[in-house]
Amino acid sequence: MNVAEKPVITADSLIGQRIQKKDAPEKAAGKTRYIQDMIVPGMLHAKILRSSRVHARIRSIDTSAAKALPGVHVVLTAADVPDQQPIGVARDHLPLKGERVRSLRDEIAAVAADSEEIAEAALKLIRVEYEDLPVIATPEDAVKADAPLIHPAPLDADGKPKTVPPKTPIAFAGKADNIAMRFDYTHGDVAAAEAESDVVVEDTFQLHYVTHCCMGVSGVIAEFDASGNLLMYSNTQVPFLHKREFAEYLNIDPSRVRIIQPPIGGGFGSKLDIYPFEVICIFLARAAKRPVKMVFTRKEEFLASPTRQPVLLTLRSGCRKDGTLTFRQVHTLHDNGAYTSWGATTPFVMMQTFSSLYRVPACDYHTTVAYTNNPYAGSFRGYGNLQATFAIEQHMDMLAERIGMDPLDFRLKNAQEAGEVTGQGMTFKSCGFRECLTTAAERSDYRKKHADNLAHRDAPGPVKRGIGIASMLHVGGGAKIYPSDGCGTILKLDDFANVTLITGASEIGQGSETVLSQLVCEELGLPISAVTVVNNDTAITPWDVGVHASRTTFIAGNSAIGAARKAKAKILAAAAKKHGCDEATLDLRGGFVVVAETGEPVVELARLMRNLHFSDKAELVMTTFYYEPPSVHQDKAFKGDVSAAYAWAAQVVEVEVDTDTGIVKMTKVTGTHDVGRVLNRLGLEGQIEGGVVMGQGYALTENLIVENGVTRNPNFRDYKLVTAPEIPEMDITFVESMDGEGPQGAKGVGEAPAICIAAAAANAIYNATGVRIFALPFTPEAVYRALRGKAEKPHWEAWQPE
Amino acid sequence: MLLKHDIEFTLNGVTKRLTVDVTMNALDLLRDVVGLTGTKYGCGEGECGACTIRVDGETRNSCLMFAVDFDGRDIVTIEGLAADPKADALRESFVEHGAVQCGFCTPGMVMQASHILDAHPDADAETIKRGLEGNLCRCTGYKKIVDAVESACCGGR
Repeated sequence: MNVAEKPVITADSLIGQRIQKKDAPEKAAGKTRYIQDMIVPGMLHAKILRSSRVHARIRSIDTSAAKALPGVHVVLTAADVPDQQPIGVARDHLPLKGERVRSLRDEIAAVAADSEEIAEAALKLIRVEYEDLPVIATPEDAVKADAPLIHPAPLDADGKPKTVPPKTPIAFAGKADNIAMRFDYTHGDVAAAEAESDVVVEDTFQLHYVTHCCMGVSGVIAEFDASGNLLMYSNTQVPFLHKREFAEYLNIDPSRVRIIQPPIGGGFGSKLDIYPFEVICIFLARAAKRPVKMVFTRKEEFLASPTRQPVLLTLRSGCRKDGTLTFRQVHTLHDNGAYTSWGATTPFVMMQTFSSLYRVPACDYHTTVAYTNNPYAGSFRGYGNLQATFAIEQHMDMLAERIGMDPLDFRLKNAQEAGEVTGQGMTFKSCGFRECLTTAAERSDYRKKHADNLAHRDAPGPVKRGIGIASMLHVGGGAKIYPSDGCGTILKLDDFANVTLITGASEIGQGSETVLSQLVCEELGLPISAVTVVNNDTAITPWDVGVHASRTTFIAGNSAIGAARKAKAKILAAAAKKHGCDEATLDLRGGFVVVAETGEPVVELARLMRNLHFSDKAELVMTTFYYEPPSVHQDKAFKGDVSAAYAWAAQVVEVEVDTDTGIVKMTKVTGTHDVGRVLNRLGLEGQIEGGVVMGQGYALTENLIVENGVTRNPNFRDYKLVTAPEIPEMDITFVESMDGEGPQGAKGVGEAPAICIAAAAANAIYNATGVRIFALPFTPEAVYRALRGKAEKPHWEAWQPE
Repeated sequence: MLLKHDIEFTLNGVTKRLTVDVTMNALDLLRDVVGLTGTKYGCGEGECGACTIRVDGETRNSCLMFAVDFDGRDIVTIEGLAADPKADALRESFVEHGAVQCGFCTPGMVMQASHILDAHPDADAETIKRGLEGNLCRCTGYKKIVDAVESACCGGR
């Protein structure tokens, strides 16, 4: 055998391998420059003066002393920006507040100065006179008939409500009640289904405030060029949406807004909306005619970045004796906070879980999102699904217990399967739900441990062991919310056969650069090192709707594959022509054009590329592709197949409950995820483990304490993130359901791992102690009280509009 | 008027002489005066570990030190670890084990891990977890960080 004479290049797939993150070496060496590290020559530093009152009328603002401080360039209040436009999904939020503050985070004035220290000193010189107003601290109070309004209509000179033209934004027109949004969904006949039920349970669940705690605090740099074009260095997760919105707020053409995203120190959904600080920084840069940088302190990050939405949720569920689910009826009350951000829209996702996680013939879902004087809720990994799953998955255990059925069997009996079209119109083309349930249960020895723990509940000793299971459904193929849910790719090959992958999809630490490179290399037969990714400049990258809804691998992945396949076709056609063979017989492997059947090299790819460039019919291999998933917009009744694919998971949580102290220790998490197909095993494991521990924090330790509108613990000392010694043992496995539409069969997974942990932990605590706790988080104090029958069960009268 | 103080210290093997405000904190000195931005601001009150540096071999939260505290000390930051082959192996281990996601906590983690490696060359997973307790990470769930440090410990054996 003479290998050297006739080398054969085998097709080594990158799919499913452990691929190191492309940006990891820079990050591990401390060389990565985040927004906090950036210096733009001539830049000023900005700070914001926030309200010291929760709800008040502003009588006067005096900035004269601040303006006189040496080193201060600009001081702005609402009066200085009469053209400011309201931001947010409900257009109810002016970046600078001139007449009224509605929460403690509210922005009253801003300073741009030579240094942060001078800007801080200037803030202390600004005098604000307030007239306090009654504080609405809970959504229950907000929806009462006589509740004071958070956004009252403005009054004219006679003290009567001003008449405003139709479609005037809430920020100018006010709102006649404290209802920020309503969601009503139904399928099937709930009353009839309830009548057919053998068992019905109803409980109220209470979900608390938590916040993202990105390790890199929020920051932005804004500058205008001599022609008035805006350049922003921003941490946003949705650069193309923001480009359009900033242009709208500034009343300029969107083509004059350019957004560059430096590497982002954590996202998790926190950077999906435009926040006042970004708009204010633009105003300062416009006024100062200098670049202006604004970076939060950690305290400010806690006070003035979004939260997960607190929810009161009453769930009524029924089933037959044989274990068939009959109906679900849900009423929820969401604390919107003072302004409306994406948190208000999480019912979109919550109702999907209620209607479609299991086969349920009838489902009735109602949400009221109420304005309060609390911090306002934004989008956060899982987008309402943690709250919905917390309620549903406890009820699954409770119903199973009532009919004397094993909780796992009860779930399996009602679990969705591939081919199902749900009452809400979601179509499950790939669905590994049952396999997730059985795999997680078998690997954790769920059935035996569940029975053993029950048997040992009354055994001597303070520490009780428990095991609990919970499942989840989440979008895994994008979510068609905007007119397009697509992503564009530009692919360029140079004359050394290196690839520049220009994608609209942003990297926020999740590893999209790496997985997109991997998908391209799989098509082009190149090593990952051959790819340079450009993904952070709206002046260069093609459009993408943003990093959200666990969509990047699926949508940007399909887009990257589309561009790579076009490039491959072009390359093979050129090679076939040059070497006189049929392009259908050729393939790309190991940096060569090869004969597909034998692996015999035809020509080195780099050589072919150079020949193409330098020939008399010179040609670049550069392709573009735009992928739009085959999903649909939901109709007005919230029905329709909103995602091109759906992700499934089952997670089993094991706990030790110290009944003397109330301390719950999460000892092990066994998770099985239907990811369609494993692409980058290393990155996937990392996403899951990180999500599990985020879920652990939500369940056990994290609690943003807001009392009468005041955040009591805006620091890492009192807001307890999980630390390294507290993490559970993690056994993570994957079901490969090979989604027909997914890139190489894969589906999205970014949000999934955080979703079931709290629900499974609740079931585990019940298994250990026989006590069911309906409110999060399971802090030692809360558990201690619950074990002694002293916990107040959440309760509210499900509120209905008149 | 602000009081100033002259200090002299070794930063990543190079002697530095500076005059600093007595109120300046050490993290600001590193980031804003010297221009080494690998050391991160995460909380400014010693809770998150993103600003971890080594001072005379021990790890410290630089946000809790005054700049004048550097006087007479041997300071090593993430940038200074480049000279240390053991640290090279540690950084490679972080990359290989997927211990880096957004990367913002990573320099502090690597600094703390370098100290664990020096102090406990045979550290097991539990020791490593205890050693990393003061460093917060929001992305990884810590497991791959612990794996990376454990592998570097074993690799050094």
